[in-house]
Formats: sequence, structure tokens, C-alpha cells
Amino acid sequence: MKTAAGVDVGSTQTKAVLITENGEGRVVVSRALVDTGANVRKAAERAFDRCCQDAGIAASEVGFVVGTGYGRYNISFGHAQMTEISCHARGAQFLCPGTRTVIDMGGQDSKAISVGEHGEVLDFVMNDKCAAGTGRFLANAAEVMGITLDDIGPLSLAATRPVKIATVCTVFVESDILSYLAQGKKAEDILAGVHMAIAKRTMSLARRVNIEPEITMTGGVARNQGMVRALEEVVGRELKISPDAQYMGAVGAALFALEKLDESFESAGWRKEHAVSSGN
Amino acid sequence: MPQTVKSEYRGNIHQQQKDLMLEWYGRLAQAAEGGGPPSVSMMISGNCVELLEGFGAEPIYPEINALQLAIRHQSLEPILLAEDMGYAADNCAYVKADIGCYLKGITPTGSKLPTPTLILCNFVGCNTYLKWFEHVAKLTGAPLYVIDVPFMRADEPSQSDLKYVVAQLKEAVQKLETLTGRKFDYERFRDAVRCSAEVEELWSQIKHLSRSTPAPFDAYFDAITLMGPLYVYRGRQEGVEFFQAALDELRAKRDAKQGVYAQEKYRLVFEGPPPYPYFRTFRDMFAKWSAVAVASTYSTVGGLWEFGFRHDPDHPFESVARHMIAENVTNRNYLQRYAQIKRYVEEWNADGVIIHFVKSCRLFSCGQGDMRDYFSKQLKVPTLYVESDLEDPRYFAEAQTRNRIDAFFEAMEHSKLTAARTGGVQ
Repeated sequence: MKTAAGVDVGSTQTKAVLITENGEGRVVVSRALVDTGANVRKAAERAFDRCCQDAGIAASEVGFVVGTGYGRYNISFGHAQMTEISCHARGAQFLCPGTRTVIDMGGQDSKAISVGEHGEVLDFVMNDKCAAGTGRFLANAAEVMGITLDDIGPLSLAATRPVKIATVCTVFVESDILSYLAQGKKAEDILAGVHMAIAKRTMSLARRVNIEPEITMTGGVARNQGMVRALEEVVGRELKISPDAQYMGAVGAALFALEKLDESFESAGWRKEHAVSSGN
Repeated sequence: MPQTVKSEYRGNIHQQQKDLMLEWYGRLAQAAEGGGPPSVSMMISGNCVELLEGFGAEPIYPEINALQLAIRHQSLEPILLAEDMGYAADNCAYVKADIGCYLKGITPTGSKLPTPTLILCNFVGCNTYLKWFEHVAKLTGAPLYVIDVPFMRADEPSQSDLKYVVAQLKEAVQKLETLTGRKFDYERFRDAVRCSAEVEELWSQIKHLSRSTPAPFDAYFDAITLMGPLYVYRGRQEGVEFFQAALDELRAKRDAKQGVYAQEKYRLVFEGPPPYPYFRTFRDMFAKWSAVAVASTYSTVGGLWEFGFRHDPDHPFESVARHMIAENVTNRNYLQRYAQIKRYVEEWNADGVIIHFVKSCRLFSCGQGDMRDYFSKQLKVPTLYVESDLEDPRYFAEAQTRNRIDAFFEAMEHSKLTAARTGGVQ
């Protein structure tokens, strides 16, 4: 049995996943999530250690670790690094094999990835220099309304007369919300407007790659039912959401790690020395 | 942290170009002291430097000053000075850096710049130059003459467009005769046009060297170091000698199959100017993947010569006019730019296209989203779009830029690997 790990150090949260492979296939055996905080290195270690503990596997038994996310170069125990774009595509193809488009909404960026049948990235776009359309937009909206981030999605589903949020600016959305609150609008109607604004912004980004079904949503925001519904309404079809959506980057990283352990993969052309040096 | 890979061509010509450019700054400093030649401010795009040779005048290129400041990490201070004066955040950062320099009286080398004898606004493609040069004229008190160059509206310039520019060039000659007190030396002008034609032939041959695998030099990052002499010395014998030396040196590298990297892995075409404040950092992001630029549109801003155009000493005014209208990337329309990049991809055997969007240059950058779609979706050429600025360091986000570049190459690696595993072509 082979074991490999993926560690996704995001701007707000760090995720780790262990995957094992035996004759019967590959299985995600443990997952862990911690807040990234100021010490990125420690966050990666904590997430990885927790994964090992939960799986009852010693860290030394983990054959290869791939880091991803913005903090990937700070993972002291990582053997290689890959971008979260490659990792989300790979993870989504593994957990939702029909995936052709990935929409990933994370803490500080959103991306749309066109995925080939083998999980390869065909094309991708990301938000640039602006946090509009990212998880941060939702976090700011939640904060200004005094509602927890976990509650805003379910609450938005109760909306009867959603408001229109004109701005997609993460900073200026606060004044829009305050203005609606002053008008006596209901919290659920405001939140539905917030989710719709971000959904439209994200889909206009995603249209720059070819949006082909199946569309899989990944990243922490995929847990937000209000966001999923808003996106489905804008795109006009159902989105695939894996229970491991939040861990998708780490899952992809772990799969790459497993493949780097795989001799047959190497003989097919992957150069291990490149894999190790590519991100050092 | 990511390993930085040092990869820059440091041959004899690198030092030679440095010396030539320092000599140029020296002559400008002399002019500033009142003892040097007349000087004429001009923009690089489609410049008519040959005309100045008829007066023994030196060109002043504000873009060269601006980019030199940026590459030396000195651009923010003059930019902020211009913003204090009222320039908006999204105004062209070249303009702001240049205006800031005039306000503060600084140059990248620390030497003085002269008040130009004439500000010759060879308005090509970029309409920002009109306001830029108007402001410089106001700040310096130097006279301003605008050459209105019609934009390329078709594949070829019309006869009336050519005549229109020739008439303005001749009027500029009259202006310069009055301002310099020197008679226009037509034979010297013709000789400059002849030198330009020779330099253009040599430069074109250099650019065609990178069709070889491996490419002997980087046609984006290394080409930039050759562009200074191209604009200042094109009409002089020194220019001919410099580019002959450059061709000899780079041809020897090509013949010895000496590439930019130990093993060239990717061949790219670059569109757009580089982020000069992070020039080294940006270059290293591609060096890490052993990715070499085999062609670039930026190196054709001053003139597009690799497809055959040469100045013509038998028709000096007419060929200068044609160069200004039709033979530089800035004044050409978007479809022509598409065709230019497509040719590079096909004939220079490139694996992908990199588009660097310049935040403060809407004029050059707008439409690049469609360009990305054209290459990635219609032609199926892997195309990466990254955004920062050519002059303003505040727009460069290192982690985001690195992320996109790494993802782009990972995708290309993965596609190659998948093709190898499935036995198909991706």
C-alpha cells in the first residue's frame, strides 16, 4: 500500500488530505482543516499531523507530499509544489469523473478551469488584482450584517424579494448593505442579493473559458448552499458538489504525490527530479 | 521560496550597448550644459530618428528614461510626484514617471536632460502622447510640433496618407532649420536612411536566428537590451557596426547550438511590454521552466522589420513616412497584430503565447482579452494572460503572477504527459 499527502495552504484555511493506494484503487483516508493564521509553516504542519493521526499512519510512512495553495513554498516537509489550479482540476476529475469545468471559489481568489478527460488543465482564468467574486466578499457581507459565515447561505435561501446589489466591490458592498438595512430590507433578501451579485461576477469570469458540463464547484464556498443555488440559477444547470469540495486542492495535490511515487508514471515521462525542483 | 534561475545573455554586445547608451546620455548632458548638439524629444513608436541626423541632433526618448527608472526601482517617486500634481491612478505610468522626472529634474543616470530644441510629437497609435508632450512643452517651454500619423485602417497605407505624412515631415524640417539655425543636410539624411536600412537588415537577421532550436537568445528579455541602440543609433554607422557585432555573436551561438538554457523546454511568443519594475523577477518566472521567448511584439514597437520592410535611401522621406504609418506595431490595427503573432507562432515554432496586460496602458492593452480568446480558443494555442504594469510597481502581485505562470506550464507538462500515456496528441 502506498500513501501520499496533499497540503493546500490557502489564504484563510489550510487543508491536508491523505490518500492511499492498493490493488483496489485510491481512497481518501483522512482530511484535516485548520485556520492558516499568521504562521503558515505551522498551519501546514498541524493539518498534516492531524491527518496522520486520524488515519493512524506515521508521518514517515507517507511516501510523498505535494504542497499547493499560496503558501505552498512554506511547507517545510513538502517534496514538491504544484499550483492549486492543477490540483483542483485533478482532484475534481478524481472525485467527480465527468468534470469538464471547475469553478473554485476560495478566500481571496476565484477561478474557472476547463478540464480535459484525464484531469489536465485545458484553460483557466482567475480574478485579477481584485477580491470581487471571492469568499472575502461573502465574509465582509456576513461581518457587516453580524451573521456568521456559515449561516448566510441557508438564510439567503429564505429570501422572498431579493434586493439588487449593484457593486461587486468587496469594500463598497458594505455601504450597499448598510443602505438596504437602513431601508428596512430583510436580512435574507439582502443576502440573496449578495449571493446573486457574486454568482454573476463569477460566471462572467467563467465564461472566458468554455463552460462545459459537468460543472464541479470546489473550494470552501461550495459549502454555502445559497451560493450554489445562485450559481446554478445563473449558469442554468446543476453543479456537482463533492462532500470533499473544500479539500479538492489537497486531494489533487495528494493524487499528484501518489503519481510521483508510481514508477509506471515516471516511465511514462514524468521526471521526478523536475517534480522536486519545479517549486523549490 | 522558489529557486531563482539566473539566465541572461552577457556577451560582448551587452557591454557595448551599455557603453553606447551611456555615451548618448553623456551627449544629452552636454546639451543640457549648453555645449552639445540640438536635441529633439520624440516617441519611440515609429520614430523618425533619421530626420534628426540631417541636423546632427540627438533624440530624447522619454520611454527610455521611464523604463530605465523602473528597471532601477526608481519609478515610484516620480509617479507619485505626478499624481500629487493631479494625474489619475490609471493614467499612463510612463507619462507620470516622465513628468515626475521633469518636475524633479532627474534622469536614470543622474545626469541632466536638456530642454529639447523641439518636442516632435510623432503621434503614432498612442493618443496619450499628445497630452504628454503638451505637458512637457508647458513644463520646459520648448516648442511643440505634432506629426499627425493616420492610423492603419487597412492592410496598406493609402497614397494620400503617405503624402500627408511626407508633407508634415518636410514642415518639421523647416521648423528645425529655424530652431537650430542649421541648414538641413539632405545627404546626411539620406545616409542615415541608408544606415537604417542596413541596421534593419541586421536586426531582422538577428530576429530570425531565434527560429532555430534552441534559440540563441531570448527575443523578449534579451531583445530589450538591443532596442536602445536600435532607436538611438539606427541612422548612424555606429549602429551598423553594433548590430553587425551582435549578429556575429548571436549567429556563432546559434551555430554552436548554444541556447539560453542548458535544455530549452518551451518556446514562447510574448505580447506587450514587460513589467520593468520587476523585470528580473518576471524573467526568472519563465527561466524556472526553461522557457525562452522566440519572438515578441514589443520588440517591434519602434519598427517591424523581420517581415521585409527597409528604409529606402532612394526615397528617404517616403520610406520614413511609410515606416511611421505602417511598419511599427503600435500604429497597426489589431487584426494585423493577430496576424503578426500567428506568424511568429507558426514560423518560429512556438508552444504558446504570453500576453502581458499593462494596467496603465488601455490603448495598447485593450482588446487583449479577445486576443487571448482568438489564440486559445480558435487557434488552440496555449495562451496565458497576466496583468501588471510596465512602470508602476504597485500593480505587480508576485504571488498571483507566479501562480498563473506556474499553472500555465504545469498544464503544458500535464498535457504532454497525458499524450505520452494515452499515445495520443493533446
